[in-house]
Amino acid sequence: MNIQLQILPLLSVLVLFLVAPVVIILAVSFWDYTEFSLIPDFVLTNYIEIFESGVTYSTYLNTFKFAFLGWLFTVIIGFTLAYFLAFHVRTLRWQIILFLICTIPFWTSNIIRMIAWIPVLGRNGLMNSLLLELGVIGEPLEWLLYSDFAVILAFVHLYTLFMLVPIFNSMMRIDKSIIEAAQDMGANSLQILINVIIPLCLPGIAIGTIFVISLIMGDFITVQAMSGGQSASVGLAMNNKRALLQYPAAAADAIILLCVVLGMVAILMRTINIRKEL
Amino acid sequence: MFSKNRKTSFYILAAFFCLFVFFLYGPMFAIITLSFQGPNGGLTFPMNGFSTHWFSKLFQEQRVGDFKGSFSRSLTLAFIVMVATVVISLSAGMAFRKKFKFSNSLFYLTISSLIIPSILLTLGIGLLFDRLGLEGHWYTSGLGAHLTWTLPFGLLIMFAVFNRFDKSYEEAARDLGATNWQVLRFVLLPIIGPSLVGVGLFGFTLSFDEFARSLLSVGSKNTLPLEIFGMTTTVTTPTLYALGTLTTFVSFSIIAICFGVIVILEKRKKKFGDDSGKGLI
Repeated sequence: MNIQLQILPLLSVLVLFLVAPVVIILAVSFWDYTEFSLIPDFVLTNYIEIFESGVTYSTYLNTFKFAFLGWLFTVIIGFTLAYFLAFHVRTLRWQIILFLICTIPFWTSNIIRMIAWIPVLGRNGLMNSLLLELGVIGEPLEWLLYSDFAVILAFVHLYTLFMLVPIFNSMMRIDKSIIEAAQDMGANSLQILINVIIPLCLPGIAIGTIFVISLIMGDFITVQAMSGGQSASVGLAMNNKRALLQYPAAAADAIILLCVVLGMVAILMRTINIRKEL
Repeated sequence: MFSKNRKTSFYILAAFFCLFVFFLYGPMFAIITLSFQGPNGGLTFPMNGFSTHWFSKLFQEQRVGDFKGSFSRSLTLAFIVMVATVVISLSAGMAFRKKFKFSNSLFYLTISSLIIPSILLTLGIGLLFDRLGLEGHWYTSGLGAHLTWTLPFGLLIMFAVFNRFDKSYEEAARDLGATNWQVLRFVLLPIIGPSLVGVGLFGFTLSFDEFARSLLSVGSKNTLPLEIFGMTTTVTTPTLYALGTLTTFVSFSIIAICFGVIVILEKRKKKFGDDSGKGLI
């Protein structure tokens, strides 16, 4: 079978539904608009307005904050879980079972998984009831739900898997004899972890980071749902402009966001060769 | 850590793992329980009786939006996306086993499809159809939007599969005179079948639950996740949880079916894949 024919379906989907939409967004970002219509043109006002607005910078700062904290927690938790699965669970059978337990929620709805926090974190939710019962707090905590805390929690809840899978993959590829060699030379568990395992897991961590950073940077739905509209993110700001039918402004936002995300990913990509890691 | 006896570190890590699993599933079980609230129950605990009242509310037309319509649309779309993802990923995955011009560019283009912000993509597809004067539908623009999300996963899995695939099976078949088609049908597919079911599982579930990339791309008729999200602001009864329970049940069923098929295929592989010790037949 010839190769052109084999890649044709993939290529056409990507050209039609990835490349073309990006091209049209790029074009529209230079258009002018009124309240009612889009005017094909070549103006830089959409970009100038974005760069001149202080809101842009605070929104980006907030989004970076989410991305950084989300990344920090997912990498710590993901690494710890992977480490347990790869080096402390002894049989392949149990490794697979426990791994699947972590994976299954990924195949269910993100929206539902966010909604599911309402009865847990809400004002009259389980967490508040429990803390009140225990006498830890005098009145219900308001910041558990509809807050930045809730947003980060949801990110960790939704995206730890994206960190766990590539790190676990890296760990499973580590040749056990390397670890034995380190042991024979007198290294303790901690030294092996720091000097052998972590360096060999860096590609996995990098891949996980690419996933988590790009998912959080482009997110709008988690921020909207979990902050109750009280916090901002770049994606959310974009979606709000879109809802006001300011398509060119939203498009300019999208192009800047795309450049930021691709820039971050490009830096991470330099450290790894993804095709070799699979 | 690598000695025969379990150390304290094992138990600490095991406890951490259990805690994480609790964190992962706890909220889900909270809404599953709450969806069985009595008719006078509210959105939070305690349970005020036990009933299937909120499930029957779901099926009463117009009460909570277009639940039935969006449900069947989402199921159909997920099924189409599943089949398309398997076929397209397999086909492209096979192509990538050989070197070809621009293979790296195509690979990175596929990866960008994964990391591109969903809101940008859905906006772009919406604008594209609008500008071309086409009306977007869930089965055209929506389908394309979902494929941009499922195909990268499918292709990555195919890479992982083919990186571990022993080419000598195919060579042996060719040496025995098998045509390309026979190699695919009788050698390749039986061996990688279970992985293809995995690709299908990704295709179906990711599409069934996709919100962000559906938002502006599915046209005037909502898919289920959009409908559910709309409900979060308008519905303040446990109906919302009932819907969550029902969709989660659908997802779990699909996962269970896929796992079942994978186990069966693996067993068949073991049974038919090895005739060592049977002598000449």
